[in-house]
Amino acid sequence: MKKLSKNTKSNLITYGIVILAYIFCEIFMRTGHMSSLMKGILVPLCVYVILAVSLNLTVGILGELSLGHAGFMCVGAFAGAVFSKCTAEIISVPTVRFIIALLIGVACAGICGVLIGIPVLRLRGDYLAIVTLAFGEIIKNLVNVVYLGLDSNGFHFSMKDAMSLGMEPDGVVIIKGAQGITGTPTDSNFTIGIILVLLTLFIVINLVHSRTGRAIMAIRDNRIAAESIGINITKYKILAFSVSAALSGAAGVLYAHNLSTLTALPKNFGYNMSIMILVFVVLGGIGSIRGSMIAAVVLTLLPELLRSLNEYRMLIYAVVLIATMIFTWSPKAISLRERYSPAKLFHKEEKEVQ
Amino acid sequence: MAMLEIKDLEVYYGMIQAIKGISFQVNEGEVIALIGANGAGKTTTLHTISGLIAPKNGTVTFEGADITKIPAHRIVSLGMAHVPEGRRVFASLSVFQNLKLGAYTRSSKEEIEDSLQTVYKRFPRLEERKNQPAGTLSGGEQQMLAMGRALMSKPRIILMDEPSMGLSPIFVNEIFDIIKSVSAGGTTVLLVEQNAKKALSIADRGYVLETGRIVLEGNAQDLLNDESVKKAYLGE
Repeated sequence: MKKLSKNTKSNLITYGIVILAYIFCEIFMRTGHMSSLMKGILVPLCVYVILAVSLNLTVGILGELSLGHAGFMCVGAFAGAVFSKCTAEIISVPTVRFIIALLIGVACAGICGVLIGIPVLRLRGDYLAIVTLAFGEIIKNLVNVVYLGLDSNGFHFSMKDAMSLGMEPDGVVIIKGAQGITGTPTDSNFTIGIILVLLTLFIVINLVHSRTGRAIMAIRDNRIAAESIGINITKYKILAFSVSAALSGAAGVLYAHNLSTLTALPKNFGYNMSIMILVFVVLGGIGSIRGSMIAAVVLTLLPELLRSLNEYRMLIYAVVLIATMIFTWSPKAISLRERYSPAKLFHKEEKEVQ
Repeated sequence: MAMLEIKDLEVYYGMIQAIKGISFQVNEGEVIALIGANGAGKTTTLHTISGLIAPKNGTVTFEGADITKIPAHRIVSLGMAHVPEGRRVFASLSVFQNLKLGAYTRSSKEEIEDSLQTVYKRFPRLEERKNQPAGTLSGGEQQMLAMGRALMSKPRIILMDEPSMGLSPIFVNEIFDIIKSVSAGGTTVLLVEQNAKKALSIADRGYVLETGRIVLEGNAQDLLNDESVKKAYLGE
């Protein structure tokens, strides 16, 4: 019973941090103490936090390396943006439009997760990482050559160019190949972003502490033992992977509705992005949901805050990465941290058990 | 009718044939020892029975039903538990969570709680350490946890793979006492062991496996006194 309440306490702290951060940001914004640069970064921060938490489900809880998460984000972003653009005039309330777009984006990314998960989750470790990397790139490149148009006859689809869509004169090209989608209604804002972050945390935390979550962690700890006690390994692996993909899709929808132009560039949906999310997860502590959340925030803010240092910016960024790595994973740093942790000082005998 | 019947089992790893057509049976309430040297195919046999590996030929029949093609995760709910070789516990989960997961296929909360108390009674050490991550237990305790976890599914037959491997002599004795008491509690036991002497001393019958074939079978007592077994496995 006691252990349960401890878990609950730790989860409440996680939610509390997010809500506090939100209140502080709102106060700063209202009182005009926030630069426009910072204002512009608030929604991307939420996007990164959602991505980091969702990838932690795959890497930390399921224990499988995925380098294709930006691909799922891309699917969610485009699915959501296409819907919003098509219905921009039909549904006039932005929030309603966004919620439907969100559901569509999440569903599409989740379905992609299942479709990709079924073949690739037969692999493990490095092999899985490379295959997910490839799938992520495939998704991004496919999106780059797609042309989608809408006219009175319905949707038109082509992979050549806008002309071959063969549309009526009243038609509108929605996805223009490499130029992506322009004129998406910017329906997302910081409040929606924070709500999505809380929802993501809620889903992931509850999943982890459920029977399903324990089954997933059992697979991570020992595949053969998990199978021998009656856990359907394939089912739970695909479940965790596709939930993770669906949440990345949510991040994508949020991302797409923050900008009016959406293009699938290597910068936002390529493997650089996937690796950056992985960096958040690893530095925050694999399996630690709060950790990946904090890492995502710090590592996104840091390059912005260091802007004044010009060319030394990325150097300091790299040093911080290494220092965090040592602090999180070096055995000596861990024992030092345990000795001086505030929790330990107050309750000497209580031991943290996951 | 035998509780568990293995017939003409052949298992391949790629091109290599690990099991070359073995047949044996386990009757209800028995303790059966499957002994043999490294690479004889003992573990492969157990993995095939519990569905972790698919055989090329042959059948596995459990309580009259053909389970050869049933996946591992469904075999547990039929009443067969498997304690895998080595320290296969869920290291990052607590002892309690490990045990709880053992009852994964069962649904009645009261019955699970009941089994949990039974396991704690049989392994008092596990109760003492129930909130500790399983990875921090000693080798012997991890073996006990793996056994306790298997018992949580309330099996009618339990397959044990090298329970004494890598344990100190004191723990080995303790583990074999536990196997005896599990058997006395009405659970049929199929035991795979390298420690032939110990295994045969608690078994009813035994089979000797050599490079994928059963070369000898009989009463455990007879096998203990058999000259060839003595020479090859008992070091006498």
